Amino acid sequence: MDKLSEIKAEQKRSDLPSFKSGDRIRVHSKVIEGDKERIQFFEGDVISVRGTLGEKTFTVRKISNGVGVERIFPFNSPKITKIELVKEGKVRRAKLYFLRGLSGKAARIKDKRVN
Amino acid sequence: MPGLLSKKLGMTNIFSADGQMVTVTVLEAGPCQVVGIKTKEKDGYEALQLGFGTKKEKLVSKPVMGQYKKNNLTPSSVIKEFDNFSISEYKVGDSLTVELFNEGEKVKLTGISKGKGFQGVMKRHGFQGAQRTHGQHDRERAPGSIGSSSYPSRVFKGMKMAGRMGNNRVTILNLRVIKIIPEKNIIMVNGAVPGAINSIVEIKK
Repeated sequence: MDKLSEIKAEQKRSDLPSFKSGDRIRVHSKVIEGDKERIQFFEGDVISVRGTLGEKTFTVRKISNGVGVERIFPFNSPKITKIELVKEGKVRRAKLYFLRGLSGKAARIKDKRVN
Repeated sequence: MPGLLSKKLGMTNIFSADGQMVTVTVLEAGPCQVVGIKTKEKDGYEALQLGFGTKKEKLVSKPVMGQYKKNNLTPSSVIKEFDNFSISEYKVGDSLTVELFNEGEKVKLTGISKGKGFQGVMKRHGFQGAQRTHGQHDRERAPGSIGSSSYPSRVFKGMKMAGRMGNNRVTILNLRVIKIIPEKNIIMVNGAVPGAINSIVEIKK
């Protein structure tokens, strides 16, 4: 492996669970307010996962008070304390940007059937 | 200014101590060998000649190879002079590493920018271009007027026009050193650095 890939690989975190586009996850992240630090969580559907190794990011979308909110997290950020997989979704594509144009019942993602 | 020669490896992100993502350029700096020393008495100025990388002996001309042989050195692929070193501390054959720099320090980086070929005025000089509406056609990216008529009856020297862009020597000032890995000869600086991947970049304090 070349030196640049080694540096990218060093940044990679292996303690977080694996998830895919369409899954609903809850991301716990550290928030610093003044000199206090607390944990905040953000729950929603993963609509995109991009990048590899240290550069990986994912986008979580949720509907908050009728308004769509999206947040992009760096996967390897030390600010992320925990990721919970709430449920797995069944989707046919990797990037679910079409959800932005849908609302209400149409914007739901089918649950994955586990045999 | 004291400095080193390096090779640009590429860009990535790393996380700082407070969890912020920082975009960095990764450079493989040194080890640079001192190939020659220029002195005030002999050359009229003081500088260190630093060599970086390796080169096959058959690719080096005989007079240059003679200079290496005299000091029992192996040929370097690049040689550049750096001033402001206190030259009395160094002798020919010494090896300089990234430990010359400290984390958090600001550095100056010089490289040869990527060649862009023949480009128009919008890309090359940041011209606004022309209106898209109001009856205009066929001149969206045109430069417009390049001067007056009967006086001066010529185009002034230095008029910004289309032409070859890039492939220039470009210096970026005050980039912060984010991380140094001495065992791998790696230095990471905040932000972008001129030049293509695998090109030679001078780092100066």
